[in-house]
Amino acid sequence: MLCQNCKKQTATIHLTEISNGHRVETHLCQDCAQNQGLTIQTQIPLNELLSTLLSAPQEPAGPAQPPQEQKACPRCGMTLQRFSKEMLLGCPYDYEVFEKNLLPLILRTQNGHSEHCGKVPAAAGPDRKKQMRLTNLRRKLDEAVRREQYETAARLRDEIRKLQ
Amino acid sequence: MKLTELSKQPSPWLRESGPLSEVVISSRIRLARNLADYEFKPCLTPERKKEILEIIKNALLALPLEQPLFFIDVEEAAPLERDLLAERYLISLPHARSDGPRGVVVAQSEHFSAMINEEDHLRMQVFAAAQQLEKCFEQINRIDTLLESKVQYAFHPRYGYLTACPTNLGTGIRVSVMLHLPALKMTGQIEKFFNTARDCNLAVRGLFGEGSEAVGDFYQLSNQVTLGVSEMEIVENFSATIVPKIVDYERVARRKLLEETPEAIDDKIQRSLAILRSARLVSSQEALILLSHVRLGIHTGRITDIPLSKINELFLYIQPAHLQMQAGRSLTPDQRDSLRAQIIRTALSVN
Repeated sequence: MLCQNCKKQTATIHLTEISNGHRVETHLCQDCAQNQGLTIQTQIPLNELLSTLLSAPQEPAGPAQPPQEQKACPRCGMTLQRFSKEMLLGCPYDYEVFEKNLLPLILRTQNGHSEHCGKVPAAAGPDRKKQMRLTNLRRKLDEAVRREQYETAARLRDEIRKLQ
Repeated sequence: MKLTELSKQPSPWLRESGPLSEVVISSRIRLARNLADYEFKPCLTPERKKEILEIIKNALLALPLEQPLFFIDVEEAAPLERDLLAERYLISLPHARSDGPRGVVVAQSEHFSAMINEEDHLRMQVFAAAQQLEKCFEQINRIDTLLESKVQYAFHPRYGYLTACPTNLGTGIRVSVMLHLPALKMTGQIEKFFNTARDCNLAVRGLFGEGSEAVGDFYQLSNQVTLGVSEMEIVENFSATIVPKIVDYERVARRKLLEETPEAIDDKIQRSLAILRSARLVSSQEALILLSHVRLGIHTGRITDIPLSKINELFLYIQPAHLQMQAGRSLTPDQRDSLRAQIIRTALSVN
């Protein structure tokens, strides 16, 4: 299929727009799509994401509480307002102080994940390591069941039992 | 480690060869770490930054590694020296251009570097030529494990390694490969690559990382998700699935070009080589585009009298800071274009 606009290159971007019940299809090549500002964004810019998340209506705050974005971390003084501008947090403790606000952001930028399941420092203790291995195995088990790979699932289940 | 000496030799690791080198130029793995008892960058005073610099520097320099490590004080370094480090990928551009106490620890072979007080307190990376991500991971993981017995990292039971920006949270790992995809571009199929990247949640950047444009068909591909997947899963996803797939696309496209339009492709390659062998002024953008064609010529057997290592070296030598270090003085853009052309002519001259 040729691009509707230049009628020279192959159309590789196919848009279907539905407005007022009408369906309009557009087929463009990469260049023409780019000229019309229709390039596909592979990443949502973080600052865009941040401003939308922070401007989302907050739960009604009690009368004594200051607005969310002005709440400051007692250790480093970071506020959400400042974070949304600089995109960097102020100290490790911020992850707890602003957890409610950060969690949706973490889920969005981390493909829906919110729990670490990689390396654990030795200093965190053997229990933490075991916990992490269990979390990992359970996740793989879910995945195997979803894909109907029952042999793998059985093997994983046995491994989990041994660890527990 | 003398920085002026560096400008006259290529990064040693770049000389090596490895699997899939016709498409994969280099592999890199970076880990982001922070000290538990210190604020993140936006809230650090210069004094606290100095403390961090000392703690991490001393811990790194005391590691029992096969290779000698060197510390370079980036704050004290001259602007040209900082740019030289960035051109060799030893530090990032933001690290070169920012201010305050900061530094970098570099291994003699330059395959390992650790930036201190960049966006995170510590950002370590390991490089290798071609597709050697497993090797990179093994090395950086070993260094990280040695280091964690000397310093206390900020680690959260749920979120893993804590980073200044939540986009690096969890593993703090960034796995990237530098790819050369000229045939996909020439056959109008580069979108296949972009689509694969998008579907796999990967970021595509240019030759010089974040914010840089893709010039000369060179693309850097890296993971964006750092939380909820293990380091090994991310590495294996690259080495077993994503990279082979893209390499295959590029190989098929190259074969197609050679079968269907051999003359046109030959013309492009030989013409590029001829320009590089005789031009008197070459901008870095033009050089990258022409060198890209020559690289394709070497890999497709169309050019046989130039070793690949020479092309890889040129990529370094033709950059602004390298040129000026070589010249021993600062150069205007016109002077740089002239020296660049001269260096390329000499390197590619017919014996």
